[in-house]
Amino acid sequence: MAKKPVQFHLNGEEKAAFVDDGQNLLELLRRGVGDLTPKYGCGQGTCGACTVMIDGKPHLSCITLAETVGGRKVETVGGLGHAGGLHPLQEAFMRNFAAQCGYCTPGMLMAAKALLDRNPRPTREEVVEAISGNICRCTGYEAIINSVLEAAGGQGAMAGRG
Amino acid sequence: MAMHRGKGFAAINYPIGMNLGGDPSQALVHSNPDGKFMVALSSIDLGQGMKSVTRQIAAETLGVPVEDVYVDTADSDTGPHCMGSFASRGTHRVGNAVIQAAKEARAVMLEAAAEELEVNADDLVTDGKGNIHVRGAPSRSITTAEASMAAQFKQGKTVSGRGIFLIPLSEVDPETGEMTPVSCFAHAALVVELEVDDETGEVKVIEINSAYEVGRALNPKLVEQQLIGGAWMGMSHALWETTEPYYPNRDHGPEDFNSYVMPGPGDIAPHNIAVLERPAPDGPFGGKGPGEMCANPVLPAVANAIYNAVGVRVDELPITPEKILRGIRANGGARPQIRR
Repeated sequence: MAKKPVQFHLNGEEKAAFVDDGQNLLELLRRGVGDLTPKYGCGQGTCGACTVMIDGKPHLSCITLAETVGGRKVETVGGLGHAGGLHPLQEAFMRNFAAQCGYCTPGMLMAAKALLDRNPRPTREEVVEAISGNICRCTGYEAIINSVLEAAGGQGAMAGRG
Repeated sequence: MAMHRGKGFAAINYPIGMNLGGDPSQALVHSNPDGKFMVALSSIDLGQGMKSVTRQIAAETLGVPVEDVYVDTADSDTGPHCMGSFASRGTHRVGNAVIQAAKEARAVMLEAAAEELEVNADDLVTDGKGNIHVRGAPSRSITTAEASMAAQFKQGKTVSGRGIFLIPLSEVDPETGEMTPVSCFAHAALVVELEVDDETGEVKVIEINSAYEVGRALNPKLVEQQLIGGAWMGMSHALWETTEPYYPNRDHGPEDFNSYVMPGPGDIAPHNIAVLERPAPDGPFGGKGPGEMCANPVLPAVANAIYNAVGVRVDELPITPEKILRGIRANGGARPQIRR
């Protein structure tokens, strides 16, 4: 099988790798360039754990062809923040205990970041819509929704909690 | 055709842990020369907060800051034995083992400090901030790091401790049939309010109100979040989830997340929780554990609420719109029950 060279930006850094025909972006990120922050969940685009941003929009990396990111900007949780300098979304997730096992969290964060980047003051309904492709098995979603609203400036946070 | 409101109630007494041949868990605690403590467990944190809670328990018992304690739950090949993370047993069984191990390690740490300070170990206290000092004389002090360093490099001591907590096998009394399978129970009562559409059979959960008695809530935020998440799972099991096909033919069974149906973030309902704390005498700092019962009472409460709303008693899970509609049809229409 022919390998193709792909050059892209990952969290602001230039990356280059050879990819196989049909290889998906998640494999390129995890095995090809060693960014383990996007998670492999279902492998068929239904759980959202592998969500990354490509040119500012959320994409399911497990069903995105690796070769299609040539020349484009890919963002993962790996570039979102670091200890001592967390993104407001990460801080809000921590404050609200919005992660339990944590497996869905990288995908949730990227889906939420894509929302806030294009819509800094979303309504609760818009947050629900933005993360509706991301499955969480532990939290019951409430803490996640509240965290995104809180990171966006507190509007509507805790609206669903009596 | 109308929407019908219904309210359903369920209560639960939930036994902590199990007893099928004895129920032991072990913990090992040791300090490194820098005074940081490692707690080795084989109990896995599945996201319920075991690591956080055992870390708190170890820090409290050792008398050191929580930042100075690490919990390693990584490997059942190399770690001390544990029965596992199930039966809501983690906090109770493992927490007790951690207390025992941490007490033993603390005693060695204080002996090492006593030797350095040239005092009796019985006269030493910890301030929880990384210092050990003579009771009533805070100036006669040594840090936990210095004590651990001295133990290892000067005194040749391991600042370490072993812990095991065992609920022994309870045999059935052949005369009376009596046995004592568990040592403590957690309790909860839960009310679900929902709406049933008698045209489509669809159910919308409006609100959940609950009271949980979990012993002492060792980490209140973790407890609350576990209860909220668990209730979501209970609601999901009551109304959506099954590995069996919704229709008799196996070909219609779910194979993946496309066909295994669960409620999403748009299907959740507000859940108000009152956590009541009745510390358990045999629990670590009084803790029992919310565990599985954060999901359990939701299912009967939903079933009762549906009966209350439309008079249909569904006794097979999940309670799908089809089952509700068949029930309504068999009754000759929706029969809302008395609302309380």
